[in-house]
Amino acid sequence: MSDSLSQRYQPGSSPLHRLDPRVKLVVTLILVLGITLTPAQAWPAYPLLWALVASLAALGGTGAGRLARMGSVALPFALAAATLLFTTPGDPAAHVLGLTITHEGIARFAAVVLKSWLAVQAALLLSLTTHPTDLLWALSSLRVPGVLVQILSFMIRYLDTLQDEVQRLNRARAARSASAPGQRAGGNVVWRATIAGHMAGSLFLRSLERSERVYAAMQARGYRGEMRVLAAPPLTRRAVLWGAIPVIALGLIEALAMVWWRA
Amino acid sequence: MFGPVFLAMHIPDGFVNVPVGLVGWALMIVFVGVALRQTGRQLGERQIPLMGVLAAFIFAAQMINFPVAGGTSGHLLGGALAAILLGPWAAVLVMTSVIAVQGLLFQDGGLLAMGFNTINMGILTAFVGYAVYSAVRKALNGTPMAAVIGAAAAAWVTVEAAAAATALELAISGTSALDVALPAMVGVHAVIGLGEALITAGAIAFVQQTRPDLMPQAQASASSTRGTGWIAAGLVIALAVAFASPLASSHPDGLERVAEDKAFIDEAEDAPYSLLPDYTVPGIDNETVTTIAAGVIGVLIVAAVGYGAARVSQREHSPQA
Repeated sequence: MSDSLSQRYQPGSSPLHRLDPRVKLVVTLILVLGITLTPAQAWPAYPLLWALVASLAALGGTGAGRLARMGSVALPFALAAATLLFTTPGDPAAHVLGLTITHEGIARFAAVVLKSWLAVQAALLLSLTTHPTDLLWALSSLRVPGVLVQILSFMIRYLDTLQDEVQRLNRARAARSASAPGQRAGGNVVWRATIAGHMAGSLFLRSLERSERVYAAMQARGYRGEMRVLAAPPLTRRAVLWGAIPVIALGLIEALAMVWWRA
Repeated sequence: MFGPVFLAMHIPDGFVNVPVGLVGWALMIVFVGVALRQTGRQLGERQIPLMGVLAAFIFAAQMINFPVAGGTSGHLLGGALAAILLGPWAAVLVMTSVIAVQGLLFQDGGLLAMGFNTINMGILTAFVGYAVYSAVRKALNGTPMAAVIGAAAAAWVTVEAAAAATALELAISGTSALDVALPAMVGVHAVIGLGEALITAGAIAFVQQTRPDLMPQAQASASSTRGTGWIAAGLVIALAVAFASPLASSHPDGLERVAEDKAFIDEAEDAPYSLLPDYTVPGIDNETVTTIAAGVIGVLIVAAVGYGAARVSQREHSPQA
């Protein structure tokens, strides 16, 4: 597998890298679930949750600051929640463009953005410390249908090849799209979009032909519709115990958050 | 890697609440399960590398962009294209794989939100796209131009459907106000959908010209009669969700919550008629019981309508089979 796909995965030998991928996947899902469950106004919970994520990051050999920066990828989506600022009733805090921003609105908006940012960091940690192949293996041992896991594994394997193909197509288009300085080139938007469509069609045909070659080659090696893998190593009690630590910490934070909020 | 336009569709975690996220997962599991059965019966082992490579194709094709204006660029989402080229069930698997990899490996879309991301961009687009494409093609008598026009229409409609579904899910989660978010999402995506329509039509025109043999002919959907077990499973899950609904959240509807807080709820006009007012069954006092009963009745009505529609479409197809 070439480097460009595994760009998220950072090879390493930290404790988090060595942890059983099944445990990592399940713990990540529980973390995301727990972060989402946090009551909106339980403010003390958020720094605690971040401390939990940051200490996991440290265990995974990733700086908490770096993870926090990477975690901002989902922030543009916050625009979708921005309506909360105006539509939540409560004490007016500011007036912008004739709309009233309420304190309650700011609180709800901040909670959504914080939860999103924390959950993205948890998910990031999983892909930073787990090789895609191990992740697929974890999926299949968690009873995700084998056919789906195989489709995913073929997809991951050919992602780079097809992305290279796209780069070739883009380069070819750029090479034929010279323009005189200061002049618009390349026709109107409709024409440009249609060209992009032709490129997608061309990519489809190349992908299809490649999949036929892949199938023929796989068959030559005795492929019968299922991947042969080595027997899965058993889930050790040690791995489960390590996985239980962040889950217990999360449970404590959530319990405190609910008490604080409900009180 | 992906522009903000793209991010507008992939819901990250934190934006859907837990009950909504879990309902999305349940729906995704049912649909993907049926899709696995359908495609497995049709094509067998050969299908697996094909689907994997085509999932990589959709992922890569989203990187083909074209300059629009002012430094922004448009690009493909691919749901309609997959549906047209592969048929709805295979498209469900391909798009599910794309969204799973984007969420798991690239944090493009959340993990809890993956259920509804798959529904919005994979399942909804596959069926809506295929239905619109087939309808337009049939209406225009299946000429080569009809396929191109059908592809454009299907692409535009799927983007709009996905945008509307996203706005709806965010509103139900209480993350955004429906009366603001729905027009905004549908409005913005009406323009984005034009780009999708042009690219999809361009791709279909290209495939039709260079490899007409690959264009799906009007395949008789004989397989629609299969999967009775899955329909039953889907019904069971839907009923389970209905039973769990009063337990899931004391504020099931974000909008209603806002309205209540505002004390606007009294001012809200009553619907002219209402079969199950406020999701309760008249004449039953216990609130939990009545909510469950209303949910069960609702599920059964939806299932009956769906089954009826399936029977009608089956009858339309059967003379050709």
